[in-house]
Amino acid sequence: MKINGYQTVKSLEEAYNLLNENKQNAIVAGGAWMRLSSKVIETAIDLSGLELDQIVETKDTFEIGAMATLRQVEKQEGLKELYNGVLSKALSKIMGVPIRNVATIGGSIIGKYSFSDVLTPLVVMNVELEFYKKGIISLEDFLVSKDRSKDILVKVVIKKEEAKAYFHKMQKTGLDFAVVNVAISKKADTFKIAVGARPSLVKFALEAMAFVNGAKEVTEEVILKTADIAGKELKFGTNSKASEEYRRNIAMAYIKRGLREVIK
Amino acid sequence: MKVVKHALPSVDGKGLMMGRPAYTDDLADPNSLIVKVLRSPHAYAKIVKIDTSKAEALEGVEIVLTYKDFDRRPHTRAGQGFPEPSPYDKFVLDQWVRYIGDETACVAAVDEKTAEAALKLIEIEWDILEPILDFETALDNEILIHPEPEIFENFPIGFDPKRNLAAAYSMEVGNVEDSLKECDVVLEAQFYTQAQAHAAMEPHTVNARMDYQNRLVLYTSTQAPFHIRRIVSQSLDFPMSRIRVIKPRVGGGFGGKQHIHGELLVSTVTIKTGKPAKMVYTRKEVFESSFQRHPMRLDIKLGAMKDGTLKAINCHILSDTGAYGEHALTVFMVAGAKVLPLYNKVDSVKFYGDVVYTNHTSAGAYRGYGAIQGNFAIESAIDMLCEKLGADPIEFREKNMMLKDETSPIFAIMGEGTEGTAMNMESCELGYCVSRGQELLKWKEKYPRVELADSKVRGVGMAIAMQGSGIPYIDMASATVKLNDDGFYNLLVGATDIGQGSDTVLAQIAAEALETTLDKIIVYSSDSDLTPFDTGAYASSTTYVSGNAVFKAAMDMKRAIVKEGALALGVKFEDIEYDGVVLKAGDKEITLKALSNRLYYSEDQKQLMITNSYFGTKSPPPFMAGFAEVEIDTETGEIKIVEYVSVVDCGTPINLSLAKGQVEGGIVQGIGMAVYEEVLYTKKGKSINNNFLNYHIPTRKEINKLTTEFAESYEESGPFGAKSVGEIGIDTPPAAIANAVYNAVGVRIQTLPITPEKILAGILANKAKK
Amino acid sequence: MKVNVKVNGQNKVFNIEPGDYLLDTLRKENYLSVKKGCDNSSCGVCTVLFDGKPIKSCSLLTAKIEGHEVITVEGIQKEADKLSDYFGAEGADQCGYCTPGMALSVYALKEENSNPSDEEIKEYLTGNLCRCTGYQSQHIAIRNYLEDK
Ligand SMILES: Cc1cc2nc3c(=O)[nH]c(=O)nc-3n(C[C@H](O)[C@H](O)[C@H](O)COP(=O)(O)OP(=O)(O)OC[C@H]3O[C@@H](n4cnc5c(N)ncnc54)[C@H](O)[C@@H]3O)c2cc1C
Ligand code: FES
Ligand code: FES
Repeated sequence: MKINGYQTVKSLEEAYNLLNENKQNAIVAGGAWMRLSSKVIETAIDLSGLELDQIVETKDTFEIGAMATLRQVEKQEGLKELYNGVLSKALSKIMGVPIRNVATIGGSIIGKYSFSDVLTPLVVMNVELEFYKKGIISLEDFLVSKDRSKDILVKVVIKKEEAKAYFHKMQKTGLDFAVVNVAISKKADTFKIAVGARPSLVKFALEAMAFVNGAKEVTEEVILKTADIAGKELKFGTNSKASEEYRRNIAMAYIKRGLREVIK
Repeated sequence: MKVVKHALPSVDGKGLMMGRPAYTDDLADPNSLIVKVLRSPHAYAKIVKIDTSKAEALEGVEIVLTYKDFDRRPHTRAGQGFPEPSPYDKFVLDQWVRYIGDETACVAAVDEKTAEAALKLIEIEWDILEPILDFETALDNEILIHPEPEIFENFPIGFDPKRNLAAAYSMEVGNVEDSLKECDVVLEAQFYTQAQAHAAMEPHTVNARMDYQNRLVLYTSTQAPFHIRRIVSQSLDFPMSRIRVIKPRVGGGFGGKQHIHGELLVSTVTIKTGKPAKMVYTRKEVFESSFQRHPMRLDIKLGAMKDGTLKAINCHILSDTGAYGEHALTVFMVAGAKVLPLYNKVDSVKFYGDVVYTNHTSAGAYRGYGAIQGNFAIESAIDMLCEKLGADPIEFREKNMMLKDETSPIFAIMGEGTEGTAMNMESCELGYCVSRGQELLKWKEKYPRVELADSKVRGVGMAIAMQGSGIPYIDMASATVKLNDDGFYNLLVGATDIGQGSDTVLAQIAAEALETTLDKIIVYSSDSDLTPFDTGAYASSTTYVSGNAVFKAAMDMKRAIVKEGALALGVKFEDIEYDGVVLKAGDKEITLKALSNRLYYSEDQKQLMITNSYFGTKSPPPFMAGFAEVEIDTETGEIKIVEYVSVVDCGTPINLSLAKGQVEGGIVQGIGMAVYEEVLYTKKGKSINNNFLNYHIPTRKEINKLTTEFAESYEESGPFGAKSVGEIGIDTPPAAIANAVYNAVGVRIQTLPITPEKILAGILANKAKK
Repeated sequence: MKVNVKVNGQNKVFNIEPGDYLLDTLRKENYLSVKKGCDNSSCGVCTVLFDGKPIKSCSLLTAKIEGHEVITVEGIQKEADKLSDYFGAEGADQCGYCTPGMALSVYALKEENSNPSDEEIKEYLTGNLCRCTGYQSQHIAIRNYLEDK
């Protein structure tokens, strides 16, 4: 990566204007991932002065500033219990503490990384993103949106809900990217099942969800069938980490395990 | 023993943790030119035209080098003793490039940014040639990787570039074909081992300057400083007397830093410009453009009788040396020479094969040096044979393996690139290693498998191994002991501490011999101007070969001290009793401190400084038994190494904690090779995983329990009974883990690494069969 | 551009380019304890403390340290000295290239959690690779150091 100029901004407005002034201007959050890219950035916009690294707990939500580090989120009291702690658990599987002290939640969402261990648990929760200009968008919509206009993510809002959840990252070593990751949540009788790193961007297993949500009782048989449907409906791919077939097999295995766990 | 066989802290660990500047880059001249290399984007190509004028014109660029700047003088980067058993098939820069990452041109500039910008300005017109990327098709392929006429072998190593052959060899004891015919059971199996990266934490680094005597001074992260001096002189035609090579602290080597890396280009820049220069490999360069472990295909035939006697071994190997032939012959030979003697009771044994060129990154020396590849194949095959025989794999090994006072004809036949040396196993506690390992792992309770809940199964497996201790009739080491006033010593050794702790171990040997404490031995290693010759840190030679040199020099020093003491006290040499501190004769006495002060300041003035050398005439093998317990998830194929037990016979472990560190470090690298690591290429020959994000060395999360013990053993020919311990640890994990996986889930993996994906595929295939 | 920063307790002004990363800045400024191993945030030998928290200095733009505090091993000499005794006792240092970064991670762990479980120690130090030791001896040394044995 090459950076020609650097600007620490005083307001979101200033940041927004600067961002849209030149195609090659960009926000640097942690800057950890950008480092690995070959991008050329004309002016790097630093949001550090705007106190966007706060995490606020309200009655119904956790509001996470976009500049909060992954480590801050991982360690946040209260959030560690929400959805029996899947977010914390998922974050703890990303590289080591030193990276999580730099990488931000905002950068992790905006990047829409196909390998993301942040997005997979978040999509099975109830999450909204607050942008400076575009306002509030649900995470689900954001992930499928084709809107490429440049805006600033300000906050990530997670609704507090009585729900159980499961997350698993299949990785070869402690520093590996996910070969596949799986998140499942169960709120009242509604299940959400998401599979990431297929190796493409996280997706819901919609047919499998419809099947399990339509079942009267989630028996072992239903669990096996649900995993089977998910395996069939989701697209998996081959790369140097694993073959399509292997990814499908382990995704199915972990969907089964996850379902068993959340119905406990 | 007071100093030897204790767990003493290393002499350098504290200062390094405290961050004192000590490594090559820490010691570079701050004004160094930054040297960067333009690396080939093609697996095989010829430069038709190269235009460096724009790069040269860039402000801040000092010099640009291409093949036109060098005489066509072939050499080998292997970093071995002279004459090397590796082909002279490399030019500093060449008009041909032979793998993606090969050196194409070189720039030196005032800073990194300028150097990188200059690389982009070099214009090349390429003639892109079709490469050979599958080593199984290399032999007699119509594409020739080394058609150039100038290259040669120093002595016969089977080099035949017209066939893409870097080396070849064969030997036979008895008649394998006949023996196999007589056997009740014959097992045939094929194995593949992968390229593994050394992945030392410190990237290859070198810096150079001309000193005030107009001599070239190189600091380099190397395992073989004296060979580096020779090769720089040879290949650049620069007088050896004007080269000084200093090896500072080195951040890990594992064989990877035995070879030449940036030394030739950086030296050239400094010689031509007169300015200091440095080069630090990027991690990508370390992966793509240094060296790796030779991938091999091993075809094994074993023949045995129903009573469990192993009769015959047939071993054919095809080895892939990549673009250049560093260590081609010797690594290949060690795959036989340091594995086959384990089963010394066979009637006949045959070992043969070829080492071929391909357009991949060069293979070279790497801890284990062929033995790990051979071990994986033979020790997997032994378990497979036992299954066919219905024999217990441990009882089978106990019946057929090498024991104390025995020998193998292979020792005399196979050396490293030459004939070998006959020897008897004067120390060999392999039997103890095998039985103690079973106790430690609770083998009998666990063999072959234990089923757990939740689709988890545990299995155990084992393998035995041997290595060597230096290369007999080739490796030479020397040491100088100097007595100072106040009665402390300098120990000057050419031996190369690359993190394995040899400075500490050699100082311990000196301290023990001189009956003093470790703090009285100030060790300084590897500076070609100041320290005596040593071949370098490879072939598991340092403790045994260099240690013997230190022992001899220290014992000579002790005698010299006694002689001076006798003179000082006016008594006869024989009358002196000396305990390392005080020299006594009857009621007369003098302390070493007083004696040394006397020597340097008052009477009979002279410097006591003694050099001695050791030249090995045998290479006593260390032995070990490795036991793995693995846990397999039968639904996903995921594998966890629950415990790894090592029981090692390395003679006397000079430093208990450092010896343990060598074994455990080796085990974890071996686990890496067994399960996690593999250099991958695209179809065009480009490395896919040239960084630590995609090339996975084990992290601490993968390591659960390592249990390491040493057998009581004493090697008469070694210093205080020591043999080597640097490599033996790496040999067993691939086979022991493969055997454990088989015992757990009935899946036999014959192609490394043993990935979850392969295990699951095996489990599913077994299910389908049922 | 210029950045103001406190390094090991001393106020400093560094002259940098906007795209410089902290690892290169620190080495240029002669903080040679900070090592380069991979330059892409995956080995941990470049670990430093940023406002007391361990980070990989090769992953942080130097521009971002404006007004903050950086600590290298030069700044925790007493603790590194002590920790190295525990490492020495276990033979947990070989080439030593990983150990300055390790010392900073261990120091930060101690500040954050003085009584971590074995799993927490491993978790906290996953990002600090070591190719020499096989990790177990380091683990024991770190455990003993934290327990002040
Ligand atoms: C070595 C390494 C390994 C990793 N491994 C994993 C892994 O295994 N699993 C995983 O899930 N993640 C992994 N990550 C990614 C990490 O979790 C972060 O997602 C990533 O570093 C991005 O966060 P950042 O703060 O560094 O963003 P940056 O690199 O600063 O920014 C990323 C992108 O987001 C934009 N951006 C950032 N913030 C905003 C904002 N507020 N508004 C608008 N645009 C913004 C930037 O312009 C840029 O395009 C890894 C990262 C590294 C460096
Ligand atoms: S150099 Fe920074 S993590 Fe490797
Ligand atoms: S001691 Fe060498 S990398 Fe850790």
